[in-house]
Amino acid sequence: MNQSEWPLWEVFIRSKQGLDHKHVGSLHAADATMAVQNARDVYTRRLEGVSIWVVESKHIHASNPDDSEAFFDPAADKVYRHPTFYEVPNSIKHM
Amino acid sequence: MLPQNHFSAADAAPATAPLFPFVLQLADTSLILAHRLSEWCGHGPVLEQDLAMANIALDLLGEARSYYQYAAELEGQGRTEDDLAYLRSAVEYRNPLLVEQPNHDFAHTILRQFLFDNFHYHLLKALLTCPDAQLAAIAEKSVKEASYHLKWSSEWVIRLGDGTPESRQRLDKAIATLWRFGEELTTPTAMEKALQEVGVLPDYAALKPAMQAHTEYVFAEATLPLPTQVFAQQGGKNGRHTEHLGYLLSELQYMQRTYPGLTW
Repeated sequence: MNQSEWPLWEVFIRSKQGLDHKHVGSLHAADATMAVQNARDVYTRRLEGVSIWVVESKHIHASNPDDSEAFFDPAADKVYRHPTFYEVPNSIKHM
Repeated sequence: MLPQNHFSAADAAPATAPLFPFVLQLADTSLILAHRLSEWCGHGPVLEQDLAMANIALDLLGEARSYYQYAAELEGQGRTEDDLAYLRSAVEYRNPLLVEQPNHDFAHTILRQFLFDNFHYHLLKALLTCPDAQLAAIAEKSVKEASYHLKWSSEWVIRLGDGTPESRQRLDKAIATLWRFGEELTTPTAMEKALQEVGVLPDYAALKPAMQAHTEYVFAEATLPLPTQVFAQQGGKNGRHTEHLGYLLSELQYMQRTYPGLTW
Protein backbone atom coordinates (compact mmCIF):
# COMPACT_ATOMS: atom_id res chain seq x y z
CA MET A 1 0.00 0.00 0.00
CA ASN A 2 1.50 3.27 -1.10
CA GLN A 3 0.46 6.04 1.22
CA SER A 4 1.35 8.71 -1.30
CA GLU A 5 -1.56 7.48 -3.41
CA TRP A 6 -4.01 8.56 -0.73
CA PRO A 7 -5.12 12.15 -1.21
CA LEU A 8 -4.88 14.75 1.52
CA TRP A 9 -8.03 15.98 3.30
CA GLU A 10 -8.63 19.03 5.46
CA VAL A 11 -10.63 18.42 8.61
CA PHE A 12 -13.12 20.81 10.20
CA ILE A 13 -14.65 20.13 13.60
CA ARG A 14 -17.67 21.74 15.22
CA SER A 15 -16.92 21.75 18.91
CA LYS A 16 -20.46 22.50 20.10
CA GLN A 17 -23.92 22.81 18.61
CA GLY A 18 -24.37 26.37 17.40
CA LEU A 19 -20.68 27.05 16.85
CA ASP A 20 -19.09 26.93 13.44
CA HIS A 21 -16.78 24.25 12.09
CA LYS A 22 -13.12 25.14 12.63
CA HIS A 23 -10.15 23.85 10.72
CA VAL A 24 -8.18 21.49 12.96
CA GLY A 25 -5.69 19.82 10.63
CA SER A 26 -5.36 17.40 7.78
CA LEU A 27 -4.99 13.70 7.12
CA HIS A 28 -4.69 11.11 4.36
CA ALA A 29 -7.58 8.92 3.27
CA ALA A 30 -8.67 7.03 0.18
CA ASP A 31 -12.13 8.62 0.03
CA ALA A 32 -14.58 10.78 1.95
CA THR A 33 -15.97 7.94 4.09
CA MET A 34 -12.52 6.95 5.24
CA ALA A 35 -11.58 10.58 5.76
CA VAL A 36 -14.52 11.11 8.14
CA GLN A 37 -13.65 7.94 10.06
CA ASN A 38 -9.99 8.88 10.22
CA ALA A 39 -10.91 12.37 11.38
CA ARG A 40 -13.01 10.84 14.13
CA ASP A 41 -10.05 8.75 15.25
CA VAL A 42 -7.39 11.40 14.91
CA TYR A 43 -9.14 14.63 15.91
CA THR A 44 -12.07 13.81 18.24
CA ARG A 45 -10.43 11.52 20.78
CA ARG A 46 -10.76 14.03 23.60
CA LEU A 47 -14.35 15.20 23.18
CA GLU A 48 -13.33 17.91 20.72
CA GLY A 49 -16.40 17.76 18.58
CA VAL A 50 -19.99 16.98 17.70
CA SER A 51 -19.68 17.21 13.93
CA ILE A 52 -17.00 16.65 11.30
CA TRP A 53 -16.51 18.08 7.83
CA VAL A 54 -13.80 16.89 5.48
CA VAL A 55 -12.77 18.55 2.24
CA GLU A 56 -10.21 17.19 -0.14
CA SER A 57 -7.30 19.62 0.06
CA LYS A 58 -7.09 20.02 -3.71
CA HIS A 59 -10.49 21.75 -3.66
CA ILE A 60 -9.21 24.54 -1.44
CA HIS A 61 -7.97 27.58 -3.31
CA ALA A 62 -5.68 29.78 -1.29
CA SER A 63 -4.53 33.36 -1.63
CA ASN A 64 -1.02 33.77 -2.95
CA PRO A 65 1.54 34.86 -0.33
CA ASP A 66 3.08 37.11 -3.03
CA ASP A 67 -0.18 39.06 -3.05
CA SER A 68 -0.23 39.65 0.67
CA GLU A 69 0.90 43.28 0.44
CA ALA A 70 -1.82 44.12 -2.01
CA PHE A 71 -4.40 42.00 -0.23
CA PHE A 72 -3.91 42.79 3.40
CA ASP A 73 -1.73 45.82 4.04
CA PRO A 74 -4.30 48.40 2.84
CA ALA A 75 -6.58 47.41 5.74
CA ALA A 76 -3.94 48.35 8.30
CA ASP A 77 -4.67 52.08 8.45
CA LYS A 78 -8.45 51.98 8.22
CA VAL A 79 -9.44 51.88 11.86
CA TYR A 80 -12.83 53.35 10.98
CA ARG A 81 -13.79 49.96 9.64
CA HIS A 82 -13.79 48.58 13.16
CA PRO A 83 -17.12 49.16 14.82
CA THR A 84 -15.47 50.52 17.95
CA PHE A 85 -16.95 54.00 17.74
CA TYR A 86 -20.42 52.92 18.70
CA GLU A 87 -21.83 52.74 22.18
CA VAL A 88 -23.22 49.31 22.82
CA PRO A 89 -26.43 49.30 24.88
CA ASN A 90 -26.03 47.49 28.20
CA SER A 91 -28.76 44.99 27.33
CA ILE A 92 -26.73 43.63 24.42
CA LYS A 93 -24.65 40.72 25.60
CA HIS A 94 -21.77 38.80 24.02
CA MET A 95 -20.40 41.57 21.84
CA MET B 1 -3.14 -30.33 26.78
CA LEU B 2 -3.90 -30.45 30.48
CA PRO B 3 -5.86 -33.17 32.23
CA GLN B 4 -9.60 -32.74 32.09
CA ASN B 5 -10.03 -32.19 35.83
CA HIS B 6 -8.06 -28.98 35.53
CA PHE B 7 -11.08 -27.33 33.93
CA SER B 8 -13.84 -28.98 35.89
CA ALA B 9 -14.58 -25.91 38.01
CA ALA B 10 -15.50 -23.82 35.01
CA ASP B 11 -17.04 -26.63 33.00
CA ALA B 12 -19.50 -27.84 35.57
CA ALA B 13 -22.95 -26.31 35.26
CA PRO B 14 -23.53 -24.88 38.71
CA ALA B 15 -27.06 -25.01 40.08
CA THR B 16 -27.08 -21.32 40.94
CA ALA B 17 -25.23 -20.29 37.75
CA PRO B 18 -22.78 -17.84 39.32
CA LEU B 19 -21.93 -14.84 37.24
CA PHE B 20 -18.24 -14.60 38.19
CA PRO B 21 -16.78 -16.95 35.54
CA PHE B 22 -18.78 -15.30 32.79
CA VAL B 23 -17.78 -11.78 33.75
CA LEU B 24 -14.20 -13.00 33.92
CA GLN B 25 -14.54 -14.46 30.43
CA LEU B 26 -15.75 -11.12 29.09
CA ALA B 27 -12.89 -9.36 30.86
CA ASP B 28 -10.23 -11.74 29.52
CA THR B 29 -11.65 -11.47 26.01
CA SER B 30 -11.51 -7.68 25.94
CA LEU B 31 -8.10 -7.51 27.61
CA ILE B 32 -6.41 -9.98 25.26
CA LEU B 33 -7.79 -8.34 22.14
CA ALA B 34 -6.86 -4.90 23.51
CA HIS B 35 -3.31 -6.15 24.01
CA ARG B 36 -3.14 -7.58 20.50
CA LEU B 37 -4.31 -4.29 19.02
CA SER B 38 -1.89 -2.34 21.19
CA GLU B 39 0.95 -4.28 19.56
CA TRP B 40 0.21 -2.25 16.42
CA CYS B 41 0.97 1.01 18.20
CA GLY B 42 3.76 2.68 16.25
CA HIS B 43 3.59 0.00 13.53
CA GLY B 44 0.29 0.79 11.78
CA PRO B 45 0.24 0.89 7.97
CA VAL B 46 -0.61 4.61 8.10
CA LEU B 47 -0.71 7.07 10.97
CA GLU B 48 -4.51 7.35 10.91
CA GLN B 49 -5.03 3.60 11.26
CA ASP B 50 -2.31 3.32 13.88
CA LEU B 51 -4.38 5.74 15.96
CA ALA B 52 -7.63 3.98 15.14
CA MET B 53 -6.28 0.67 16.43
CA ALA B 54 -4.87 2.29 19.57
CA ASN B 55 -8.27 3.92 20.18
CA ILE B 56 -10.06 0.60 19.86
CA ALA B 57 -7.48 -1.05 22.11
CA LEU B 58 -8.12 1.58 24.76
CA ASP B 59 -11.90 1.17 24.44
CA LEU B 60 -11.52 -2.56 24.99
CA LEU B 61 -9.09 -2.08 27.85
CA GLY B 62 -11.56 0.25 29.57
CA GLU B 63 -14.31 -2.31 29.09
CA ALA B 64 -12.05 -5.08 30.43
CA ARG B 65 -11.37 -3.02 33.56
CA SER B 66 -15.09 -2.61 34.23
CA TYR B 67 -15.53 -6.38 33.97
CA TYR B 68 -12.47 -7.20 36.10
CA GLN B 69 -13.59 -4.81 38.83
CA TYR B 70 -17.04 -6.35 38.81
CA ALA B 71 -15.60 -9.89 38.73
CA ALA B 72 -13.39 -9.11 41.73
CA GLU B 73 -16.44 -7.82 43.57
CA LEU B 74 -18.51 -10.90 42.64
CA GLU B 75 -15.75 -13.26 43.75
CA GLY B 76 -15.46 -11.44 47.05
CA GLN B 77 -12.14 -13.03 48.03
CA GLY B 78 -10.04 -9.91 48.15
CA ARG B 79 -8.56 -10.22 44.67
CA THR B 80 -8.36 -6.96 42.74
CA GLU B 81 -8.75 -6.24 39.03
CA ASP B 82 -4.94 -6.26 38.77
CA ASP B 83 -4.66 -9.65 40.45
CA LEU B 84 -7.15 -11.08 37.96
CA ALA B 85 -5.41 -9.56 34.94
CA TYR B 86 -1.77 -10.00 35.90
CA LEU B 87 -1.54 -13.03 38.15
CA ARG B 88 -3.46 -15.73 36.34
CA SER B 89 -1.81 -18.25 34.04
CA ALA B 90 -2.79 -19.06 30.46
CA VAL B 91 -4.94 -22.08 31.40
CA GLU B 92 -6.92 -19.89 33.77
CA TYR B 93 -7.70 -17.41 31.00
CA ARG B 94 -11.17 -17.80 29.50
CA ASN B 95 -10.98 -15.75 26.29
CA PRO B 96 -12.06 -17.44 23.05
CA LEU B 97 -9.18 -18.50 20.80
CA LEU B 98 -9.94 -15.87 18.16
CA VAL B 99 -8.77 -12.87 20.15
CA GLU B 100 -5.37 -14.33 21.07
CA GLN B 101 -4.42 -15.04 17.43
CA PRO B 102 -1.38 -13.02 16.33
CA ASN B 103 -1.75 -9.84 14.29
CA HIS B 104 0.20 -11.09 11.25
CA ASP B 105 -0.61 -8.43 8.64
CA PHE B 106 -3.26 -5.70 8.61
CA ALA B 107 -5.75 -7.96 6.80
CA HIS B 108 -5.49 -10.61 9.55
CA THR B 109 -5.99 -7.96 12.20
CA ILE B 110 -9.00 -6.54 10.37
CA LEU B 111 -10.66 -9.90 9.87
CA ARG B 112 -10.08 -10.92 13.50
CA GLN B 113 -11.58 -7.60 14.55
CA PHE B 114 -14.55 -7.98 12.23
CA LEU B 115 -15.39 -11.47 13.51
CA PHE B 116 -15.13 -10.25 17.09
CA ASP B 117 -16.93 -6.93 16.62
CA ASN B 118 -19.86 -8.58 14.87
CA PHE B 119 -20.38 -10.82 17.91
CA HIS B 120 -19.39 -8.25 20.54
CA TYR B 121 -21.77 -5.58 19.28
CA HIS B 122 -24.75 -7.92 19.11
CA LEU B 123 -23.96 -9.47 22.49
CA LEU B 124 -23.73 -6.06 24.15
CA LYS B 125 -26.98 -5.00 22.54
CA ALA B 126 -28.66 -8.06 24.04
CA LEU B 127 -27.02 -7.44 27.42
CA LEU B 128 -28.67 -4.01 27.59
CA THR B 129 -31.71 -5.81 28.97
CA CYS B 130 -29.70 -8.19 31.18
CA PRO B 131 -31.40 -8.62 34.58
CA ASP B 132 -28.01 -8.05 36.21
CA ALA B 133 -27.91 -4.26 36.56
CA GLN B 134 -24.12 -3.95 36.57
CA LEU B 135 -23.67 -6.00 33.38
CA ALA B 136 -26.43 -3.98 31.72
CA ALA B 137 -24.71 -0.76 32.74
CA ILE B 138 -21.32 -1.85 31.36
CA ALA B 139 -23.05 -2.95 28.15
CA GLU B 140 -24.74 0.41 27.81
CA LYS B 141 -21.43 2.22 27.95
CA SER B 142 -19.59 -0.26 25.73
CA VAL B 143 -22.16 -0.80 23.02
CA LYS B 144 -21.58 2.70 21.63
CA GLU B 145 -17.88 1.95 21.30
CA ALA B 146 -18.51 -1.52 19.86
CA SER B 147 -20.87 -0.03 17.31
CA TYR B 148 -18.04 2.15 16.01
CA HIS B 149 -15.57 -0.76 16.08
CA LEU B 150 -17.92 -2.80 13.90
CA LYS B 151 -18.35 0.09 11.50
CA TRP B 152 -14.59 0.50 11.26
CA SER B 153 -13.70 -3.17 10.76
CA SER B 154 -16.61 -3.71 8.32
CA GLU B 155 -15.46 -0.76 6.26
CA TRP B 156 -11.96 -2.25 6.08
CA VAL B 157 -13.14 -5.74 5.15
CA ILE B 158 -14.95 -4.12 2.24
CA ARG B 159 -11.92 -2.01 1.26
CA LEU B 160 -9.45 -4.87 1.41
CA GLY B 161 -11.78 -7.40 -0.23
CA ASP B 162 -12.78 -5.07 -3.03
CA GLY B 163 -9.39 -3.34 -3.17
CA THR B 164 -6.22 -4.31 -4.98
CA PRO B 165 -5.22 -7.88 -5.94
CA GLU B 166 -2.68 -7.70 -3.10
CA SER B 167 -5.21 -6.66 -0.44
CA ARG B 168 -7.70 -9.24 -1.69
CA GLN B 169 -5.14 -12.02 -1.57
CA ARG B 170 -4.14 -11.06 1.98
CA LEU B 171 -7.75 -10.95 3.14
CA ASP B 172 -8.43 -14.33 1.52
CA LYS B 173 -5.50 -15.73 3.47
CA ALA B 174 -6.79 -14.20 6.69
CA ILE B 175 -10.21 -15.75 6.11
CA ALA B 176 -8.62 -19.16 5.50
CA THR B 177 -6.66 -18.84 8.75
CA LEU B 178 -9.18 -17.22 11.09
CA TRP B 179 -12.65 -18.30 10.02
CA ARG B 180 -12.40 -21.47 12.10
CA PHE B 181 -12.18 -19.41 15.28
CA GLY B 182 -15.44 -17.49 14.76
CA GLU B 183 -17.81 -20.25 15.78
CA GLU B 184 -16.50 -20.47 19.35
CA LEU B 185 -17.90 -17.01 20.09
CA THR B 186 -21.50 -18.15 19.70
CA THR B 187 -21.05 -21.70 21.00
CA PRO B 188 -22.03 -21.59 24.67
CA THR B 189 -19.96 -23.45 27.23
CA ALA B 190 -21.68 -25.34 30.02
CA MET B 191 -21.23 -22.26 32.19
CA GLU B 192 -22.83 -20.00 29.59
CA LYS B 193 -25.67 -22.46 28.99
CA ALA B 194 -26.47 -22.45 32.69
CA LEU B 195 -26.67 -18.65 32.64
CA GLN B 196 -28.80 -18.74 29.50
CA GLU B 197 -31.20 -21.16 31.17
CA VAL B 198 -31.77 -18.80 34.08
CA GLY B 199 -32.25 -15.88 31.69
CA VAL B 200 -29.14 -13.91 32.64
CA LEU B 201 -27.54 -14.40 29.24
CA PRO B 202 -29.20 -14.13 25.85
CA ASP B 203 -29.53 -17.26 23.77
CA TYR B 204 -26.58 -16.96 21.36
CA ALA B 205 -28.65 -18.64 18.64
CA ALA B 206 -30.90 -15.57 18.77
CA LEU B 207 -27.93 -13.30 18.00
CA LYS B 208 -26.96 -15.26 14.92
CA PRO B 209 -29.50 -14.00 12.34
CA ALA B 210 -28.41 -10.38 12.82
CA MET B 211 -24.72 -11.37 12.79
CA GLN B 212 -25.23 -13.47 9.69
CA ALA B 213 -27.12 -10.69 7.92
CA HIS B 214 -24.34 -8.23 8.64
CA THR B 215 -21.64 -10.67 7.47
CA GLU B 216 -23.58 -11.32 4.26
CA TYR B 217 -23.92 -7.58 3.60
CA VAL B 218 -20.24 -6.84 4.23
CA PHE B 219 -18.97 -9.81 2.24
CA ALA B 220 -21.24 -8.95 -0.69
CA GLU B 221 -19.93 -5.37 -0.67
CA ALA B 222 -16.39 -6.74 -0.45
CA THR B 223 -17.09 -9.08 -3.41
CA LEU B 224 -16.04 -11.98 -1.17
CA PRO B 225 -17.74 -15.38 -1.31
CA LEU B 226 -19.19 -16.40 2.06
CA PRO B 227 -16.90 -19.02 3.59
CA THR B 228 -18.46 -22.43 3.76
CA GLN B 229 -15.90 -23.80 6.21
CA VAL B 230 -17.58 -25.83 8.91
CA PHE B 231 -14.61 -26.90 11.00
CA ALA B 232 -14.51 -24.89 14.20
CA GLN B 233 -11.52 -24.59 16.50
CA GLN B 234 -12.65 -24.20 20.10
CA GLY B 235 -11.42 -24.47 23.67
CA GLY B 236 -10.29 -21.04 24.76
CA LYS B 237 -13.41 -20.40 26.80
CA ASN B 238 -12.57 -23.58 28.73
CA GLY B 239 -8.91 -22.68 29.20
CA ARG B 240 -7.48 -24.76 26.32
CA HIS B 241 -5.55 -22.16 24.40
CA THR B 242 -3.35 -21.96 21.33
CA GLU B 243 0.37 -21.57 21.93
CA HIS B 244 0.10 -17.83 21.26
CA LEU B 245 -1.53 -16.91 24.55
CA GLY B 246 1.45 -17.85 26.70
CA TYR B 247 3.76 -15.53 24.80
CA LEU B 248 1.21 -12.75 24.95
CA LEU B 249 0.75 -13.11 28.70
CA SER B 250 4.47 -13.24 29.35
CA GLU B 251 4.69 -9.76 27.88
CA LEU B 252 1.44 -8.47 29.34
CA GLN B 253 2.24 -9.72 32.85
CA TYR B 254 5.98 -9.15 32.81
CA MET B 255 6.10 -6.16 35.16
CA GLN B 256 3.87 -7.61 37.86
CA ARG B 257 5.58 -10.98 37.68
CA THR B 258 9.03 -9.44 37.91
CA TYR B 259 8.21 -6.79 40.51
CA PRO B 260 5.23 -8.15 42.47
CA GLY B 261 2.99 -5.43 43.82
CA LEU B 262 4.61 -2.73 41.71
CA THR B 263 2.44 0.38 41.38
CA TRP B 264 2.80 3.49 39.24
